Amino acid sequence: MSHPIISVRNLHKWYSGVHALKGVSLDIYPNETVGLIGDNGAGKSTLINILSGVQLASEGEIHLDGKPVRIRSPRDAMDLGIETIYQYNSMVPTMSIARNMFIGREPLKFRLFGLGVMDHKQMAAESTDAIAGAGLHLRSPDALVGELSGGQRQGVAIARAMHFKSRVMILDEPTNHLAVKETKKVIDFVRSLKDLNITGIFISHNIHHVFECCDRIVAMARGEVVLDKRAEDTSMDEILDVL
Amino acid sequence: MKRLLKIYMEKPELAALVLLVLLVILFQVQSGGVFLSANNLRGILGILPEIGLMVIGVTILMICGEFDLSVGSVFALMPMVMAVLMADGTPFILAFGAGIAACAAIGFVNGFLTINYNIPSFITTLGMLFIARSLTIVISGGFPPLLPNDLPNWLFTVFVGPGDLFRMSFVWFVVIAVLASLMMSRTNFGNWIRATGGFLPAAQAMGIPTARVKIACFMLCSMLAGFAGMIQVLRLGSPLPSIGEGWELQAVAAAVIGGTALSGGIGAVLGGVIGAILIRVIDNGLVLSQVDANWFKFAIGFLTIFAVVVNSWLAKRAKAIKVET
Ligand SMILES: Nc1ncnc2c1ncn2[C@@H]1O[C@H](COP(=O)(O)OP(=O)(O)O)[C@@H](O)[C@H]1O
Ligand SMILES: [Mg+2]
Repeated sequence: MSHPIISVRNLHKWYSGVHALKGVSLDIYPNETVGLIGDNGAGKSTLINILSGVQLASEGEIHLDGKPVRIRSPRDAMDLGIETIYQYNSMVPTMSIARNMFIGREPLKFRLFGLGVMDHKQMAAESTDAIAGAGLHLRSPDALVGELSGGQRQGVAIARAMHFKSRVMILDEPTNHLAVKETKKVIDFVRSLKDLNITGIFISHNIHHVFECCDRIVAMARGEVVLDKRAEDTSMDEILDVL
Repeated sequence: MKRLLKIYMEKPELAALVLLVLLVILFQVQSGGVFLSANNLRGILGILPEIGLMVIGVTILMICGEFDLSVGSVFALMPMVMAVLMADGTPFILAFGAGIAACAAIGFVNGFLTINYNIPSFITTLGMLFIARSLTIVISGGFPPLLPNDLPNWLFTVFVGPGDLFRMSFVWFVVIAVLASLMMSRTNFGNWIRATGGFLPAAQAMGIPTARVKIACFMLCSMLAGFAGMIQVLRLGSPLPSIGEGWELQAVAAAVIGGTALSGGIGAVLGGVIGAILIRVIDNGLVLSQVDANWFKFAIGFLTIFAVVVNSWLAKRAKAIKVET
């Protein structure tokens, strides 16, 4: 078997009084899709937020391609090729699709200390391509994200993650609040990650969804990993048992 | 066509612009043509930059999702700092630097306290409103110092333009408004400001330094207010410690009338500018129409509420216009 792309060692996280992660260790291998499952409050989002730089671990190590890395901000994670699609949606409703695609990573015509004039043409062209590439049918990248349906928004978030050539794509409960048809689309997308050479981490508390699109299943409960098996080696009953 | 209609209805500054045109026509007719006479325009355009510059900063800060009640006091403090320093023999340019630095410091404190201690900016800047006003009076020593007579009035207050229609301050206002507008629409920093105010968690998740963006907006807001105050003092010729009282609310009203949402993420510099013009036009138009001056505040209040209602109605109608997305 190949070497893990991400390995997490003994990760702890305290929120003042709450011990949300109690020494989590996990290896994720290239091009596999891992389903992370657990009840509300199990610590899934906390683990993911640490990997995506939104929160800092209290203790523990993260290795990428075998090398220790420090992920101190979302920007660090993105620069390492880790893109995250959040449950609450990582889009600004009052801004256009094109502007949302490039928040924080705007192509600039020239720059001075990181600030500069955006290249609107490039933004429009690239977001049109990215949207089409993700199989979305949106007429104009100038439409406000607030006008899109929940599924379309997740589609744009996925298009954004793909546009920036992510190596690891994390989806934290991306199907919450989605209609059945839109949920199916997202699940199909997760299943297709392998063909795109992207390693996936799919978080859900719906056990059926995870079995539909993941190679490996990791279950968390009360801040610990309680089960880690290939999908074909376990069953829904076994997972429900440990949760 | 439908798409175009939708786009215009979604522009929050539209309602204010329509209202402005209607009011100008009304006042022009009512005053028998005096309203748009060169003499009267000179009056309006002479004062407009002072509230207008303040409104630009307030608008940008509101788009960023924050709020500043201290601008009226900073408006008085900045020129007072300058006047006190100049009375001690400090040259204008150094006094100006010190005044702007004081404004930047106030903006920084406003932003730092708001973000670090997670206090609503309404509260931090309300505190600063009193503090800055008090400092203004304290450093004035009870009565305003005399301004030296070698001030660069040619740069700020002399009349220029065709028929001496406006003052130099108007040129500053236009240039700064255009730059601020371009910053919001064309630069990545403008994108960050709108994202920070539009949906903070998304902006943070996309790696935008939201705390720094907000603090920068607080500082910009204070500096513009101080700069505006200096222009008024140069026009009046004396640094009164009471100037700008109540202006913080007029500035918020102008921004809101121009379509900026208190909740952040929505609005435009142009809208704020139109709102500021509206306020000046109403003030002047009421005087010309010989209406009791006490109706001025009524009109501003009515307009603020009216603009928000119209905007929310327009937004709802625009949403109802289904175009393919
Ligand atoms: N920002 C936070 N501050 C304090 N406690 C938190 C925070 N985020 C999560 N927690 C707590 O940490 C635990 C794990 O939460 P979370 O990682 O969101 O779980 P999950 O995503 O599996 O539902 C919960 O007890 C939750 O209340
Ligand atoms: Mg969660």
